[in-house]
Amino acid sequence: MNFKAMSLISAVALALPTFGAADPVDDQLVINEDIEIVTKTTAAPHLEGHLDEVMSGWLFRSDSTRDMERDDFDNPGMIFAEQGAEIWNTADGTEGKSCADCHGAPEDMAGVRAVYPKWNEAAGEVRTLQMQINDCRENRMGAKAWGYDKGGSMPMEALLASVSRGLPVNVEIDGPAKETWEKGKEIYYTRYGQLELSCANCHEENYGNMIRADHLSQGQINGFPTYRLKNTKLNGSHSRFKGCIRDTRAETFNPGSPEFVALELYVASRGNGLSVEGPSVRN
Amino acid sequence: MRFTTLTLAAVFAAGIAQADAVAPGDVKFNEGAVEQSLTGMPGNAEEGFKIYASKQLGNCVACHEISSVDAQFPGDVGPMLDGAGERWTEAQLRGILVNSKMTFEGTVMPSYYRVDGFTRPGKVYTGKAADDSFGPLLSAQQIEDVVAYLSTLKDS
Repeated sequence: MNFKAMSLISAVALALPTFGAADPVDDQLVINEDIEIVTKTTAAPHLEGHLDEVMSGWLFRSDSTRDMERDDFDNPGMIFAEQGAEIWNTADGTEGKSCADCHGAPEDMAGVRAVYPKWNEAAGEVRTLQMQINDCRENRMGAKAWGYDKGGSMPMEALLASVSRGLPVNVEIDGPAKETWEKGKEIYYTRYGQLELSCANCHEENYGNMIRADHLSQGQINGFPTYRLKNTKLNGSHSRFKGCIRDTRAETFNPGSPEFVALELYVASRGNGLSVEGPSVRN
Repeated sequence: MRFTTLTLAAVFAAGIAQADAVAPGDVKFNEGAVEQSLTGMPGNAEEGFKIYASKQLGNCVACHEISSVDAQFPGDVGPMLDGAGERWTEAQLRGILVNSKMTFEGTVMPSYYRVDGFTRPGKVYTGKAADDSFGPLLSAQQIEDVVAYLSTLKDS
């Protein structure tokens, strides 16, 4: 009897926090009391039968983590965007040119982050923003390419994301990009590793649920690069993909690999309509 | 005293049985269930609970909850396991642990006693390719222990 009563009490006690955390919160994100961020919207037509509504990972985080993103002074990711602005204005490479010499102010690049990854006609391939930045560095500036998700890549990507905040993610999935997009989709639904988990198993079928203390989001990447409280640095989407696939006990792929370029295009397209939100803050 | 003797006997028997454990590739399924004990012996429910709760072992709590267990962060990706020992026979529980896909088509639950048919299997959580050390997620004995533990969950 005693044992039964205890079980009942703990059942009720355990059930309450679980229910409380099960769903994304209902909240509005306005950054600096100025930039309105769409964190929830109708899913793109290509997601029919998979998702009706798409949601930023921001809605799945705690009150205190969400609050850090409401003001640039509270967002540690913005420190890296400021570093990016310094790099932007600094000449580098054999040509003695800075980004600013060709592109003007960072704000003039508003909207660029929102449409990447993107087909590059001259190169005949889909390119991520980091690939395009490195193309500039090597071929226009005569500078060394940055490693993927490393070195100057993260501050620069944070800078370019920050000036696009509030604009809708809008990556092209038809035309010449379609083949890469299809490849990314296939990867998204492949159950990798000894645990046999696909991206979809957690982020499409189980978003809102808990894996231990982790509140599963839809795995949207509109907020990348992301400042994670867990490792106190900016994280690129490819590095996050790498960690996720590793955690299925699989032989993972590397940042910048053709697989992750394709996956980035596909996952970005699942967030078409959400606002660019990077650099975001997550746990 | 009687309990100690029994436990000792079980440990001793398990040591012997381990050598003749059914290999992952030789497990026979009957509509998702596995009738035969993988070790030829009953498992140890106490050990089974440790495997259930430990992040390093079964880590069942990552996805499942049992009301009477005070786990810090139980997950809810999988169903509650209250009364699992009433809903399922030992053979069915064994089958679900060995390869849940034989019972629930397309389930997200991993197969705990299987070594083939994976896409890009890795070397534990290193992100590197699997090598000669690759084995099932749990041993035959550990499967039997978890079966024994889950079978005690009668209080739905």
